[in-house]
Amino acid sequence: MTLIDLANPTRFLALTARVLPWLAAATIILLTIGLYQSAFAPDDYQQGATVKIMFIHVPNAWLSMFVWGVMSVASLGTLVWRHPLADVAAKSAAPIGAAFTFLALVTGSLWGRPMWGTYWEWDARLTSVLILFLMYLGLMALWRAVEDPSRAARAAAVLTLVGAINLPIIKFSVDWWNTLHQPASVMRMGGSTLDKSFLIPLLVMAIAFTLLFVTLHLAAMRNEILRRRVRSLQMMQASRVAFSSEVGTGSREESASKEAGAA
Amino acid sequence: MQLSGRGLVCVRGGREVFAGLDFEARSGEAVAVVGRNGSGKTSLLRLIAGLLVPAGGTIALAGGDSELTLPEQCHYLGHRDALKPALSVVENLAFWADFLGGERFDAEGSLTTVGLDHATDLPAAFLSAGQRRRLSLARLLTVRRPVWLLDEPTTALDAAGQDMFAGLMRDHLTRGGLIIAATHAPLGIDARELRIGGAA
Amino acid sequence: MTALAALIRRDIRIALRVGGGALIGVLFFLTVVVLMPFAVGPDLALLSRLGPAILWLGALLASLLTLDRLFMADHEDGSLDLITMSRTPLELACAAKALAHWLAAGLPLIVATPVLGLLLNLDMVATGAVALTLLAGTPALTFTGMIGAALAVTLHRGGLLMAVLVLPLSIPVLIFGVAASQAAITGPLSFGAPFSILCALSLVSLVVGPFAAAMSLRHGLD
Repeated sequence: MTLIDLANPTRFLALTARVLPWLAAATIILLTIGLYQSAFAPDDYQQGATVKIMFIHVPNAWLSMFVWGVMSVASLGTLVWRHPLADVAAKSAAPIGAAFTFLALVTGSLWGRPMWGTYWEWDARLTSVLILFLMYLGLMALWRAVEDPSRAARAAAVLTLVGAINLPIIKFSVDWWNTLHQPASVMRMGGSTLDKSFLIPLLVMAIAFTLLFVTLHLAAMRNEILRRRVRSLQMMQASRVAFSSEVGTGSREESASKEAGAA
Repeated sequence: MQLSGRGLVCVRGGREVFAGLDFEARSGEAVAVVGRNGSGKTSLLRLIAGLLVPAGGTIALAGGDSELTLPEQCHYLGHRDALKPALSVVENLAFWADFLGGERFDAEGSLTTVGLDHATDLPAAFLSAGQRRRLSLARLLTVRRPVWLLDEPTTALDAAGQDMFAGLMRDHLTRGGLIIAATHAPLGIDARELRIGGAA
Repeated sequence: MTALAALIRRDIRIALRVGGGALIGVLFFLTVVVLMPFAVGPDLALLSRLGPAILWLGALLASLLTLDRLFMADHEDGSLDLITMSRTPLELACAAKALAHWLAAGLPLIVATPVLGLLLNLDMVATGAVALTLLAGTPALTFTGMIGAALAVTLHRGGLLMAVLVLPLSIPVLIFGVAASQAAITGPLSFGAPFSILCALSLVSLVVGPFAAAMSLRHGLD
């Protein structure tokens, strides 16, 4: 199976229809194992049971960045290779990425509540995630602002790539800003000193959440393809029957069928 | 019912477009306003519609509804279609029917008349220029107004559409309505010619 | 009444559909508020002291900047001509459009306020006070901003010019809005006095705004 095979939306639909149930099953199994292991992981001697939020928080935080990476590759696909499925992939990834980022924020702030005494602290790490969340929302607003998805695709691709270059810079400046104001470093979480009893459940959860993303993403891509087909069918319906002689109808029909082929 | 203008003067952007213009139209009569580009055809229609204020002269409708002003008894079909691309065909039409008020007629029926019944629930964004024009025409049928002010009504309509539109205008005239149309192309109905701005 | 209800329904529907800008205002609000700590520093005590002011500034900018195209879109597609000609008085139509805009773009700002209050370390009382003053004050912003939106049609120019025209007009709302919320949080001033003035400002703009907007639209048509 190569990318070329997947380029055809019809083949993509057929293939994913076969793959999706297996992926969903694998996700459920891994998630169950991961949740079970995390539930029975020992409490931290300092943080107590709150450390278990990490088993949810870390995979979500990882995915919030991973999804932007996926969208960046898809954007390259849109701009450079003009792959017909690229903008479908980029568009359907954005809301899922935003959801994971939101979960990372919520779990982070729930974790912080007993640590800081407030739900929100302008901690460098969480602040960066918040900015990432804003960028996801902006990207989704951009997709929504333009009715024709193929026109929105270019703009969104440029924004995604600029974002990908900018994110490390933002991360660096936020870290610098934070240390500027709070020289005493906030308690570090994670790091290389993790005990094995933490590391294994964490790894399982990370893989499970990544699988969850792949499953959701493929399903969302199918929806998007079908949505575009409905749209081009509607456009064909609009220019149907009595108007075959009308000026402009011909080119409209042509572009509609071209789009149906593309979608 | 008689619509008449006396000694109309129109000034746009400091330039006098026309002066001393007289016209009149009776029930059941169509007036085709002709003239070269920039002679003030659109301005005349907008004066009647109350969208421009005349620099001189008067416009009066005799025999209409005395409770209503002249613009409130007019339908104005301008260059722009007054359609929202995000709304569906039927939503667009229903909005104008609700908003313009007065006597209301079957919206579905008028969509069938203009040949858009297959597209009722589609967003107006999917329509071609000619179809958008047809949807504007459906507005004239759904809400009745005695005076139709039409600015280049046949642009973007195909031959079949122009025939259909000529039929609609004839119906309107036999019901006692009157039509003032600014046009370069023949309307397809008997119309008295009103030439403004000298020879074409 | 059906005419006005139809206009309100249409405008809300357009704002919520694809291409509509209802939620972009909230996103702008969120972004402006998130920017503030980067400028003043992440000190939570300081932020909670500045919180009401930051939220009010953000809401003010968000509700005025989204007003830009209130009449412009209707002008461009010819709807405004038909609205002007119709049996509904233009003043009432303007008021209906502003109300629809407030429902679609103003109310979400108030709903978002508690979340942003969390980011700025505001407690329950402070968040409630800011949300309440915004509820009373944002109609004033929309209805005065509407005058600017109508002028933008007349002048064929929107964007920054409109902001420059309207922002000074909204200063009283800002003063009493922030004063009322500060009074509720720290005292010693009573909450009632500035809050009543804020409500009065909203009521006055409810009357003045539609008339001024309709007047400028009538003269601006060509």
